[in-house]
Amino acid sequence: MNKKDIGLLILIVVVGAVVATINPRFLLPINLANTSNLIGLFGILSIGQAFVIITGGIELSVGSLIALLGVLFIDLIANHGMPWPLAFMLILVLGGLIGLAHGWLITRLNLQPFVVTLCGLLIYRGIARFYTADGTAGFAFGQNFPTLEFLTAGRTYGIPNSFIALLIIMGVTWVVLHRSVFGRYLYAIGKNEEAARYSGIRTGRMVMAAYVICGVLTALSAIYFAMYTRSISPASHGNFYELYAIAAAVLGGFSLRGGEGSIVGVILGTILLQELQNLVNLLGIPSSLNFAVMGGVILIGVLVDQQWDVFRAKRRLNKAAHSTPSN
Amino acid sequence: MTGNGFTATGDVDRAESMPGTIDTSSDARHQAPFLSLHDVRKTYPGVVALDGFSIEIRPGEVIGLVGENGAGKSTLMKILGGVAAPDRGLIRIDGVDHDRLTVENSLQSGIAFVHQELNLFENLDVAANIFLGREPLHGGLLKLVDRTKLREMVLPLLKRVGANFTADTPVSELSLAQQQMVEIAKALSIKARLVILDEPTSSLPLAETEKLLGVIKGLKAEGISVIFISHRLHEVESVADRVIVLRDGMLAGTLASDAINHDQMVKLMIGRALKARTNTSEREAGAVALSAKGIRTAAYPHRTVDLDVLHGEILGLAGLVGSGRTEFARVVFGIDRSLGGELYLDGKHVLLSSSADAVATGIFLVPEDRKLAGILLDFAVAQNISLPNLSAHSANLIVSAASENTTAEAQKSNLGIKAPSVKTRVGTLSGGNQQKVVLAKWLAMKPRIMIFDEPTRGIDIGAKAEIYRLMQALADTGVAVLMISSDMEEVIGVSDRVAVMHEGQISGILAKDQLDQENVLLLAVGKAAR
Repeated sequence: MNKKDIGLLILIVVVGAVVATINPRFLLPINLANTSNLIGLFGILSIGQAFVIITGGIELSVGSLIALLGVLFIDLIANHGMPWPLAFMLILVLGGLIGLAHGWLITRLNLQPFVVTLCGLLIYRGIARFYTADGTAGFAFGQNFPTLEFLTAGRTYGIPNSFIALLIIMGVTWVVLHRSVFGRYLYAIGKNEEAARYSGIRTGRMVMAAYVICGVLTALSAIYFAMYTRSISPASHGNFYELYAIAAAVLGGFSLRGGEGSIVGVILGTILLQELQNLVNLLGIPSSLNFAVMGGVILIGVLVDQQWDVFRAKRRLNKAAHSTPSN
Repeated sequence: MTGNGFTATGDVDRAESMPGTIDTSSDARHQAPFLSLHDVRKTYPGVVALDGFSIEIRPGEVIGLVGENGAGKSTLMKILGGVAAPDRGLIRIDGVDHDRLTVENSLQSGIAFVHQELNLFENLDVAANIFLGREPLHGGLLKLVDRTKLREMVLPLLKRVGANFTADTPVSELSLAQQQMVEIAKALSIKARLVILDEPTSSLPLAETEKLLGVIKGLKAEGISVIFISHRLHEVESVADRVIVLRDGMLAGTLASDAINHDQMVKLMIGRALKARTNTSEREAGAVALSAKGIRTAAYPHRTVDLDVLHGEILGLAGLVGSGRTEFARVVFGIDRSLGGELYLDGKHVLLSSSADAVATGIFLVPEDRKLAGILLDFAVAQNISLPNLSAHSANLIVSAASENTTAEAQKSNLGIKAPSVKTRVGTLSGGNQQKVVLAKWLAMKPRIMIFDEPTRGIDIGAKAEIYRLMQALADTGVAVLMISSDMEEVIGVSDRVAVMHEGQISGILAKDQLDQENVLLLAVGKAAR
């Protein structure tokens, strides 16, 4: 954890303490479990987004993908009788393939990530709505998938299994991003793609892999969201989720230029965002102000962060000037 | 404030007592200086950047300013530009004394800068760039730009710098030298009396350099003074009326026109004499290491490059910028696909579809643009060095920092990289040390072919010598070294053989005994060698 992460953690604790003082219901197990469930759901897709942002890219189609893949998943197991493990795998593969397609368009055909994924945002939303004829996809009365429901919406010792899933994914992706060769390549590409290429890194493949990881994690969270809501109206399901993910990353210290950020950071960002949502509910702030509160906090967070960097750069400059003679 | 015993003819030329500085009267010498500095000192916390420095600048005088990096050249420029205030000393302009200059003072006194990194807007045309922020306007509410008037104002300026392009050419379509002409025209447009050119030729090819030196002579003829800062000493020699050498923030010496020569300058710069030819090796070149047959690149799709590089030689690749040298190197390194032709490595045909393939076969490239392609400024020294060889520094795909650091430490001491630690960010190092990090990255692996593209651009003399030494050491161990360079001294001083490229083709190959400036130049412009 670096200093920024610790700062963010302190902020989370302070906000939590304030909310808990004003409204003690914040600390009720049921509220904590609900919030951590949401942290789990949003955390998984935010980690996916983080991989893409590290490379200097962006993935805007996350929300639409969550609608499309969620609709498909429920339709497969509820209406077509496909065994859920098979459907589960199929959806993950589909998410990966869509990520691959995005990565291919971006790296091989040199399209801008923003453009490619913006088109994805529109296309997948449209297909999802068409697929259900703008209806709602859901389970028939009495349909049950005990194991699947336990894994996605169940709890272990009171802890939502979605949150446990997030912890596992966090652990794995932390190693991948911060300790593996592939992770190092991603940071190198994000910092300076040309220099990475001149060091013999297959930059195109690495960037594609980042989009595939994002696609798979998005697909996974799509299943979790589907099982959480149990019915999906594809016109609104998942709206703006890509922006939650991007916001979590930015709060967590990611640079949209690429090459900066950490798994811990993006998770802390996700936690803060969900805490704010919870705050709006618990403090009786009109829920219509929800987005405004989030936007305000992110703006302040980024501003403080930037000023902190400026301050540190100044201090470092002064220190350098005092200690070593330079030209 | 005047007085202080400061007279314009005092002890200005500190080096007057030095041999070889006998002053003969040049035309400029007769005129009174319009700008002078006297005993200027500037310190930054912990370092004396400039001390006891005095200079007089007369109208129409071309002053060469040389010195290693860190000698105080940039500080002097900052003081003249009004960006830095001296701690001590006087600046006299037209008889008025100043403790310091403000940016406005500097502009109003007609001091103009042409920086190494040009400050032009590539998306705008020449005229718009020259009068940016000072456009002639139509009256009225909208204040539209008066394009006719703008043109009328720009044309004479372009004529004065001898431009061969029109006022409405987008800057992105101009060559580097042409862009510099635009900068100089900009300087003329503010009625500059002193134009300071910072390393203007460091990335210019021969012919364009000649053109630029011509422009400088033109300025001189108009009575405009020029300070010409350059690492390329023969250019300083050819254009300067007087050379001022800085060393460690002090005036190391002044050379009057008849005393300006290469050896003197180098001696003053480094305080010791430098051997003329750095390549004194007697090694025998071995078999053909890399053979390019009929390689065609995007730069010249209809021309082919045929070139053999031998084991244990440094093959210089000279030619004008834009002759297709860098494009050829990019193909050999797998960055670009060739449009045709084959590459043979030790007689075996190789297919390189990416830089990863090239690195895997032992073909390494030190690119032309260090910051863009050579290093990751935000990565530590160790991480930069390990980047192309991470698989060797990892077990089960997990990177071992210990292994990275060990390799980096070894390279750091081997190359003499001056950095506090291998964990230091490369961005904080000097240009020469950054270049050594690029080298270290490849030396830590097993190079078979090393390609250097302008290996010493913007690097001070000390680091240069060290990089030459490393290149020689590589060749001594049998590595085939291909060195692309636009620096004539470097091409002739370092290479065993020199291939010259002209418009996408090899126009000739010069063996050691044919190697001289004239031959390289002739081949570069497409003529036959003597």
